[in-house]
This record gives sequence, C-alpha cells and structure tokens, in this order.
Amino acid sequence: MLVWSRPGRIVLWMLFALIFGVLFLAPLAVILLSSLADQWNGVLPRGLTTAHYADVARGAAWNSVKASLITGFAASALALVSGTWAALSLRLQGPALKRLLGLLFFIPSAVPSVSVGLGLLVAFSHPPLLLNGTIAIVMISHFVLISAFTFGNVSAGLARLSPDFEQVASSLGARPAYRLWHVTLPLLAPYLVAAFGLSFALSMGELGATVMVYPPGWVTLPVSIFSLTDRGDIFAGAALTMILVAATLILLLGLERVTKRATGA
Amino acid sequence: MSAVTFTGNSVMDIDAAKVRGAGSNVYFDKVSVAYGTHVVLHPLTLDIAPGEILAMIGPSGSGKTTALRAVAGFVRPASGRIRIGATDVTDLPPYERGLGMVVQNYALFPHMRVEDNVAFGLRAQGADKPLIGERVKDALATVGMATFARRYPRELSGGQQQRVAIARALAVRPRVLLLDEPLSALDAQIRRNMVEEIARLHRSLPGLTILYVTHDQTEALTLADKIAIMRDGRVCSHGPTTELYRRPPNRFTAEFLGRANLLPVTVVEGAGPKGFATARHGDVVLTGAGRDERAGDKSLLCIRPQHLSLTADSEHTNRIVGTLREVHWQGELTHLVLDVGGTPVRVSATKLPTALPEPGARVPLFFAPTDTSLLPEDAGV
Ligand SMILES: Nc1ncnc2c1ncn2[C@@H]1O[C@H](COP(=O)(O)OP(=O)(O)OP(=O)(O)O)[C@@H](O)[C@H]1O
Ligand SMILES: [Mg+2]
Repeated sequence: MLVWSRPGRIVLWMLFALIFGVLFLAPLAVILLSSLADQWNGVLPRGLTTAHYADVARGAAWNSVKASLITGFAASALALVSGTWAALSLRLQGPALKRLLGLLFFIPSAVPSVSVGLGLLVAFSHPPLLLNGTIAIVMISHFVLISAFTFGNVSAGLARLSPDFEQVASSLGARPAYRLWHVTLPLLAPYLVAAFGLSFALSMGELGATVMVYPPGWVTLPVSIFSLTDRGDIFAGAALTMILVAATLILLLGLERVTKRATGA
Repeated sequence: MSAVTFTGNSVMDIDAAKVRGAGSNVYFDKVSVAYGTHVVLHPLTLDIAPGEILAMIGPSGSGKTTALRAVAGFVRPASGRIRIGATDVTDLPPYERGLGMVVQNYALFPHMRVEDNVAFGLRAQGADKPLIGERVKDALATVGMATFARRYPRELSGGQQQRVAIARALAVRPRVLLLDEPLSALDAQIRRNMVEEIARLHRSLPGLTILYVTHDQTEALTLADKIAIMRDGRVCSHGPTTELYRRPPNRFTAEFLGRANLLPVTVVEGAGPKGFATARHGDVVLTGAGRDERAGDKSLLCIRPQHLSLTADSEHTNRIVGTLREVHWQGELTHLVLDVGGTPVRVSATKLPTALPEPGARVPLFFAPTDTSLLPEDAGV
C-alpha cells in the first residue's frame, strides 16, 4: 500500500469496495436473487423459490452444461497448444515479423464475435470445408476467439523467462526437445495455467459467435440463457446463469488445486 | 552424439578425471562477432592451453561475454573458427560441444531439487541411472553441498546456489568450463571464499580448462594462469598472470590491472645487460626495468602504489618528490595521492612515518628499480 495514513487507507478501501460492489457484485447479486425470486415487481423480489432451478434441471440444462464444458475444454486445450506453439516459434523470428504476427493473432478479439461466427459460417459452408451444423464449428469459433489470449499470456511468460535457463540446459547437452519439455515448459507452467483458465472462462461465456454457428443438440449455456431470456423467462435464465457461474468457478478452482499440487508450490 | 564420453558402469571419481584429464585447449582462430553492422569482437586469436585457467577481464561492454558465448555456441562468429581440442566446434550446436557453463545469476532450474539440477546434464545425455547417482554425489561432494541434495534452489543462499551451479556444470565432466562473472552476485566476503574454493577445485581437477570471465581483477590475479585483457572488442594484452602484472605491455593493462602509476619519462640510456634502463622525469633520473627502449624515447615508468615508500632504505634507490594532495586511511592500508610534476601518483602504505605529512607538503617517495618497468608511451591501443 502506498498510502500510509489510517484515514487515507480507509477511504481507499471504501472506494475499492464501492467500485467492486457496484460494478461486479451488484449484477451478480441481482441475478442470484432473480434466480430465486417468486415474483419481482418492486425494489425487492416477493417470495423466494427454487422452482426455477427445478424447471431448468427438468429442461435441457444438463445438456447445456455438458456442451459448454466440453466445448470450453476442447477449445481451451487446442488454444493452449497452438498459442504456446506460436509463442515459442515466434520468439525465434525477427522483431518486425513478431509484432506483425502477434497483432494478427489479436484481430479476432477486436472484431464482434457475431462477425467471427458469420465468417466461419460462410467460410465452411461448402465442401470440402463443410462444417456447418457440426460441433466442430462451435469449437473452432471458440478457438479462434480465445487463442489470442493464450498466445498473449504465453508470450508474456516467455518474455520474462531469462535465456540463461535454456542456454545452460543446452550447454549441458540437452537437445531442443528435451530442453523444451524439461526446462522451458515447466518454467512457463504458471503462465500456461493462467492462459488455460482465462480461455476456459472466456469460452464458457461466449455467446455471439456460438449463436451463429451452433447445431441443434449442442446448445451451450450462454445460448440457452439467451433463448430463455429472449422468450421472457428471466427467472429461468437467471437460474441457468448461476449454474454457469458455479460450473466455471468449480472448474477453475479445481484447476488451481491440481496445479498447486503438481508444481509443489 | 554425446559430447561426454561415458566409460560405462564404473564409478568415475575425481582421480579418474585427473587421469583422463588431458583436458582440451580452446583455440580462437581469428574469431569475430558482429551484431548487425556493429562489430563487438574484432578478429581474435587466442589459445587456452589444456588445464589452464584463462581469466578474461576488461571493462563493461568490452566483449568478454561475447567471446565466452561464442565458445558456448550461443553467438555465431561472423568469421573465424573455434576449436576445442581437435574438434572444430564453430558449426556445432551448443548441446554437442561438451562444455560446462556457469552464469552470473546461477540459473538453477527452480522446479528441480538440487540433485536433479546436478543430474540434468547426464539425464539429458541419456546416461545410466547408477552412473548418474554416483556422479551427482561426487559433484555435490566436490563443492561441499552433499547435504543439500534434497533442497530446492529457493531454499539456498546465493553462495550455495553458486556451488550447485558449479556442481551441475562439473557433473557432465566437461572438457572446458566456462564461467561468466560467476561471483559477481555475491558479497565481498563470500566472493573471497569462493575464489579460494574455485582455486582448490581446479587443483583437484587439474585437467579442466577454464575460461573465467570477470571484471574483477582480484579474482583474475588470484585464480588465473593467464590473463587476457579485453578492450573495445580486442585483446589488448595476453600473458601469464604474474608477468602481465609485473611487466604490463601497455598503459591500459598497467592501469586496469592493479591501477599502476605511470610517470612519463624520457629514456636516457637503454637497458643494459642486467635489464635496467635509466630515464629522466623532469630533472630526476630514475632507474627501471627496461625492454628495448633507446635513448631519447618517450616512455612510461610503471610503479605499483604498494611499491612506493615514504621512507628511504638501501633497496629503494629511486627518489621522486611530490606534493601531497589527499590522505585516505583504511585500517590496515593508508592511501595517499600525490602530485608528481603534474601526474597524480597513488601510494598504498602499510607503515607510515610517525609524523604524517599534511596535505600540501612536499613529500619524497622511494622505490626500487626492480619494482618498476618501462613501457612505451604510444602502445596504449
Ligand atoms: N544481443 C546483442 N545485440 C546487440 N549488441 C549486443 C548484444 N549483446 C551484446 N551486445 C554488445 O556487444 C558489446 C559487448 O558485449 P559483452 O556482453 O560481450 O560485454 P562484456 O565485456 O561481457 O561486458 P560486461 O562486463 O558488462 O558484462 C557491447 O557493446 C554490447 O552492447
Ligand atoms: Mg558480460
């Protein structure tokens, strides 16, 4: 903390609590309340119920959870591998090429995700690249949208990695593959985990592109939520949102525990 | 191919290395290095004999690390060849060169225990398990870190990390050990101990050729058989340590190695059969060890600060007079700065006359001809 005086620190904390509370917690709290609300006309809901959860559980909720988790995992894993690969190989290139390719990677994130979905839909609508109506196109769209973040995270990690480690490894006789597996990747592990977590969270919440490309039978949670709220079923949408939040949180926390145990930190 | 030859199952202890340790010489054959158009190493020719410790010293940016990295294989020479033993390694990747390398910040692998760090090279080269076990034990014992095998690097002090880094490099039984400022991250006390330990280590592995890069002249003088002094990407002098110190060939060497005083003089008479020449500074005539100067040559008389005395005796037959400018007392040593005919002259004295002269006083200085050497004025590269 840079502020040493007690009143100063209290003011800072209050400011922080205010911003965090208003911008982050309030919307979540409202959604949580709606998911439990019997009716909500005034300032606060009238009566609490778990009926909405029962409703969505009877509906296609579990299929949506499954679709989202599988899509998230597959797209994130793919993005992790290719983003890491790209970061590792770009490191060997000249600075100009590095900057150009680095920028290209981020273009999909600058374009509305709906456009990305549309682009994929058009691009893969003819044989031999006929992917419309498949699960693959959902995963591809997620992959395109999130790979920039894995690339960015891993590149940042690599940039902070002292070349000494790899050079010492080489001088001790480690060939490139051995060195990559036993030195570079373990040293990058925290960045890889962070990259995976971020991609996974992004994929779990992805809507714009998914709406354009999803096939019947592969309705992800955000798409379900969207169609529920679109139909005016706000409370059910809120219940499903809470399920989405819970699933993502449980997964990210689990991931953290696993890597903590693996790296012995 | 593996750069290290494993003799198989048997335990290779330090003695075996001694026997095997014919060592390898490192030969720079007109090696130059450029980054883009910026030449940082001008064609360098240098031979490091098997089993020799060569200290490469010089100011920051003079190209020491670049020369070392060229041997290790991390910078490609723009021209010239590098040979290690009989092998031309210029086009070999680093992992086939059979070297050990220790860098300034140790670069221990943080995710591996000490023993796994030390085993790294052998594992990477596919050595058998029992051999790895023995070698790791040996290497850790050599640097006195056997009891720390199960620790992680973050649980070690700087000096201990450095020992592990050396053990890791030694475990692969390298032909040549490259050390790039290995002690500069340590504080003065530990550094002195480590220098002594590296000296001891080399006595137990006499076949090991060591290229030791440093900008610390004390480390170089203590450890090295030979010293190469780098300046602006060139070797400006190279020779046996004591000789380079006693008879520096040029101004830069004399000043960089031990901060010698250099008095401008004019040669009166070249060196005679005993090797002594006479030269004039102002209106005093001084005697010093000469080379091939001839009467009338402009020259520099090199005198080390610790060789100047404030008191006369039969050895110290040369006498100059200067004006005392500064006195710095440092416990066991007292440093004086005098002005001798416009040239600042430093004196490091252990014993002082009881009545210390005041700044501004005219003070005579005495020194022995054997403690001096003449070097040419224009040779300062
Ligand atoms: N990757 C690089 N790109 C461009 N120039 C470089 C690079 N590495 C080193 N140089 C330049 O090469 C010159 C020699 O550098 P080098 O690292 O060999 O110096 P050094 O003698 O080891 O110095 P120090 O004592 O500070 O470690 C310096 O002028 C430096 O700026
Ligand atoms: Mg250096």
